[in-house]
Amino acid sequence: MPESMLLAAAAGVVAGALAVGVVLLLRRLVVASRELGTDVERATYQTLHLASRAAKHLRGGIDEVDAMRAGRYLRALLGCESLALVDRAGGVTVEGDDAVRSVAGRLAAEASASGKSQVQRRIPLGDGETDAVAAPILADGRAVGAIVAFAAPVRAGLVRATGEVADWVAAQVELGELDASRAALAEAEVRALRAQISPHFIYNSLNAIASFINTDPAQARELVLEFADFTRYSFRRHGDFTTVAEELRSIDSYLRLERARFGDRLKVTLQVAPEVLSTVVPFLSIQPLVENAVRHGLESKEGGGRITITAEDSGAFAEISVEDDGVGIDPAVLESVLAGGAPGEHVGLRNVDARLRQVYGEEHGLVVETNVGAGTLVRMRVPKSQPGRVAASADAALGPDGRLER
Amino acid sequence: MNPAIGYAAITVVAVASALIGFYGLRVSRTTSDFYVASRTVRPWWNASAIGGEYLSAASFLGIAGLILLTGSAALWFPIGYTAGYLMLLLFVAAPLRRSGAYTIPDFTEARLESEWARRVTSLLVIVIGWFYIVPQLQGAALTVRITTGLPAWAGSLAVAVIVAVVVAAGGMRSITFVQAFQFWLKLTALAVPVIALLLVVNGGEPPAQLTPAEAFPPAAGPGDLDVYRTVSLMVALLLGTLGLPHVLVRFYTNPDGVAARRTTVIVLVLLSVFYLFPTAFGFLGRAFAPDLAAPGESDALVLLLPDRLVPGPLGELLTALVIAGAFAAFLSTSSGLVVSLAGVISQDLLGGSVRGFRIAAVISSFVPLVVALATESTGLAGSVGLVFAFTASTLCPVLILGIWWRGLTARGAIAGMATGAVLSGSAILGGAALSALLPGMRPFLEQPAAWTVPLAVLVTVLVSRGDRRGVPRGTDAFLMRLHVPEHTRHRAGPETSGRMPRQ
Repeated sequence: MPESMLLAAAAGVVAGALAVGVVLLLRRLVVASRELGTDVERATYQTLHLASRAAKHLRGGIDEVDAMRAGRYLRALLGCESLALVDRAGGVTVEGDDAVRSVAGRLAAEASASGKSQVQRRIPLGDGETDAVAAPILADGRAVGAIVAFAAPVRAGLVRATGEVADWVAAQVELGELDASRAALAEAEVRALRAQISPHFIYNSLNAIASFINTDPAQARELVLEFADFTRYSFRRHGDFTTVAEELRSIDSYLRLERARFGDRLKVTLQVAPEVLSTVVPFLSIQPLVENAVRHGLESKEGGGRITITAEDSGAFAEISVEDDGVGIDPAVLESVLAGGAPGEHVGLRNVDARLRQVYGEEHGLVVETNVGAGTLVRMRVPKSQPGRVAASADAALGPDGRLER
Repeated sequence: MNPAIGYAAITVVAVASALIGFYGLRVSRTTSDFYVASRTVRPWWNASAIGGEYLSAASFLGIAGLILLTGSAALWFPIGYTAGYLMLLLFVAAPLRRSGAYTIPDFTEARLESEWARRVTSLLVIVIGWFYIVPQLQGAALTVRITTGLPAWAGSLAVAVIVAVVVAAGGMRSITFVQAFQFWLKLTALAVPVIALLLVVNGGEPPAQLTPAEAFPPAAGPGDLDVYRTVSLMVALLLGTLGLPHVLVRFYTNPDGVAARRTTVIVLVLLSVFYLFPTAFGFLGRAFAPDLAAPGESDALVLLLPDRLVPGPLGELLTALVIAGAFAAFLSTSSGLVVSLAGVISQDLLGGSVRGFRIAAVISSFVPLVVALATESTGLAGSVGLVFAFTASTLCPVLILGIWWRGLTARGAIAGMATGAVLSGSAILGGAALSALLPGMRPFLEQPAAWTVPLAVLVTVLVSRGDRRGVPRGTDAFLMRLHVPEHTRHRAGPETSGRMPRQ
């Protein structure tokens, strides 16, 4: 029966894969058991392992969820019967026997207030008695919580160990705060890097509009509205992300204003795959590339030129490129600009490049192909899948399907 | 049959697909008008594209073949293939579009905040995709063998090579218009021959008689259906559609959840219309070509019938049309699958580079080729049905629970996927051997979905329940994002002032 051949072949593939997996696993086990070493080494490993498991959950602070997850490892680390983590507000998370909750809260408050470890013996607990040791978690000199270990009996070793664990937890919490402030810094950096609308552009646009007011009032009105649209988008306060479609809209406004000055000298070709229109990109990440092409590529070129904007689908990524046939950039100059030196020209490129790297990682920076007199091609590659990021769209005029409505 | 027709039709479709994939849309999309460039894909186009990608060899050749072979039991296949979109519409389409995750692995990772859940899902997506490509290649093998007389492997090889080259070289990515075109080509390629054949059959001298008793003997009628098998098949087909990677990717072309829903409704209509024709083909086959009713041969019914009923140039023309449609089906479904598989493989294993995508595209075309060459098809519709059963038992519980249940945890999801994969996988692969031992178990092994899907769901729920600590922190925020319509969200934004009306 031929179907059984198909099945046999598939079964063969699956069995083969399983066999390879089993062999690899066994090999790892054998190697691991050979290298486990002496008891001391094993104990060290065990301690460090538990600590690193717990550390993962302590970085976010010791609120309930994290405390619950970390508590398990901490209890194993201390080898006590029950363990309670108490946060600054007095919230108690118990790992083990839940009957110790109220005692833990009281001891933790005492420990936090005194800043020293507290030991209490013979605490009545259900059918028996237990001892407890509480150690404050002091981060930056102030108590952010306490750790309470219950064991019968509490020996000096456990008291010392609890103190050490509390210090270690404090270090983790501090590290977590450091992480948080680093993330906040990165975010602030991205905000600060958010392209600023160039004063030249405002000046030039207003002049261009002024020149139309008498000769062609309708055109002047059109341009003022275009200017309003553009500034509204660019000055938007909230949201660090937008969609390709909205970015294109802003580029349209921008180019209409530039065309008022350039006239027919500025030609534009667009090649946009509809599949990437809804891709999320950092706010103002394509428009500065176009502005760079106009200001540094075409403005100084006699007879103007053509800008080609393409956005295409490339597997799991969207590839967006802006090309002009203008005067090009000296690669050495560009290199120093992108490396962070010599601000001035092309600062828009550096800005976008830095933000892309910040958001998507080092390999997602801008790719620039250029030479003097050879035009410039700037490309960026953005993952289409960004479940964590929402494109903030504040535009009521944008139709429900993301289309431009006129 | 005249092999020249076969060669001509296949070459034309292959060359046209490749050319359109590479150049056609590059030219047509170029504009200097921002208004034109920012037009999103309309739901109609998108729905056609989904149809184009979805209607595979199983739909184009398999259903008519299965009707010829088994009678009315096969009618459940077109119903299930279509109604699966109803499930998609009800449970998945809009929330998934809103999630912002582009593939199912991305979705599970974002939803469950777990690397491991992602890895398991990726693995399943890849396996499902590969096994879904295999019937396409087998269909190609059959078509080439019947129509040109070349050895069967030539067809599989040709399709695999064309798809690998075109996808790796950057053409035919997820170009909506190409896939939409393929749908209308497939529809025409079946509808025109069916109507022509019906006219010929009806107007012949003397008019051919279609005796219902012969075409659908009571033994093959609904009265004789096995309830368990039917229910199980429907579970597989209805829920299996939810997890097909190449179909889900298409929903991201919709700008928002509302458009995703509208698209799904149109897909339902388009598929319902399409499936009339393979059904009619099967019906005609039962009346006029009962000799083809043998496993493995019956799938060729659609290719052979026009020539039998309409001799002469008209028949040859109709045959050429059908061959072209069939090849369009193989190419479009396989390329859609290869694109999404290559995306998953390159992202998870090869670092997401362009080169990685190319390598992954070649791998994803050639692994199924090896399987297709090593095996022989017994029925395209049936083997695709098994892939659906596997999908329904593995990805569907995670997807639905992930969208609709707060309590899902990474451990629960992994346990559920593993359970579903092991149970349905072993039923599908080892079913033949097991049912020889236990004949009473045969229906349960041949159509496993009705018990594997509930078990997978149960395991997922139980393990998640036992792992309440594992509920990801961002669950509420994520679910809110999935279920609150975008429009409302925008309205709630701080800057909602109107804009000056234009003259």
